[in-house]
Amino acid sequence: MSFLLGKSTWNAVASSANRRAFMRCIAQMSSKVNFEEMVKGKPIVVFMKGTPDAPRCGFSNAVCQILKFHGVDGFESYDVLANEDIRQGVKEFTKWPTIPQVFFNGEFLGGCDIMLDMHKNGELIEELKKIGIRSALLDNSDGTDKS
Amino acid sequence: MAARLLTRCLHLRTFHLLPSTNPYSIGGAAFATTAMSGDKPIENALRQKLTDALKPQFLDVINESYMHNVPKGTESHFKVVIVSSAFENVKRIQKHQLVHKAIQEELDNSVHALSIVAKTPAEWEVSQDVGKSPACRGGAGL
Repeated sequence: MSFLLGKSTWNAVASSANRRAFMRCIAQMSSKVNFEEMVKGKPIVVFMKGTPDAPRCGFSNAVCQILKFHGVDGFESYDVLANEDIRQGVKEFTKWPTIPQVFFNGEFLGGCDIMLDMHKNGELIEELKKIGIRSALLDNSDGTDKS
Repeated sequence: MAARLLTRCLHLRTFHLLPSTNPYSIGGAAFATTAMSGDKPIENALRQKLTDALKPQFLDVINESYMHNVPKGTESHFKVVIVSSAFENVKRIQKHQLVHKAIQEELDNSVHALSIVAKTPAEWEVSQDVGKSPACRGGAGL
């Protein structure tokens, strides 16, 4: 890299904070991916490792299982292991450093920990309702249907 | 609360600054190095930075790398359990982002997976459940 930029420029980006900003800038310039478009108007989009049928990471699998538990099966997903631009780009887009990443109606909801939290405290049922999906848990005889 | 924090700080100081005066010290400096960073430099850095940035009432940094397909002793997969007043009136995503920010350098350079349980002291009173991390399924990296 240094032979392309010249020593003084490279020194300027050598501190770790500057380097991060620099790499982000480069990533944005070279990004061929329009994440805004990818998530806009879609009820659920998941950026994950592997596919919902064959997740390749325990955290990605957990997100899929949680959604399935609520009866959500046919959500849109992107395998970040299959596309490096998406893998790096989505982290820049959300300023979130880990995969999986879940979007409801174009809005970033969080990763595995947050989905698990929302599942445990019942908020996920409400979030699904907001995007027009009735959680299957509400139909179970021992469910918590208050509607 | 302040007293508890102070005790915790004193404990940290003692641990980090005075290891060579430890009566169990063997070989002085060599032991001090081990006591300060041990063979867990990343785990210790995470602990220190989170302590400095978020003044936690409770903090646990767990190296879960052994659950993944990495060599023994690797520091790549971590779980952070952190209870701090800094999370009061903060949205869920932002709690995680406060943690990310404090340890940005490690996330950029060495930590490949991070699970976070971030709670306010009041939330921690209600539930101390930190869950179990899912089993690895083979995909490498962050």
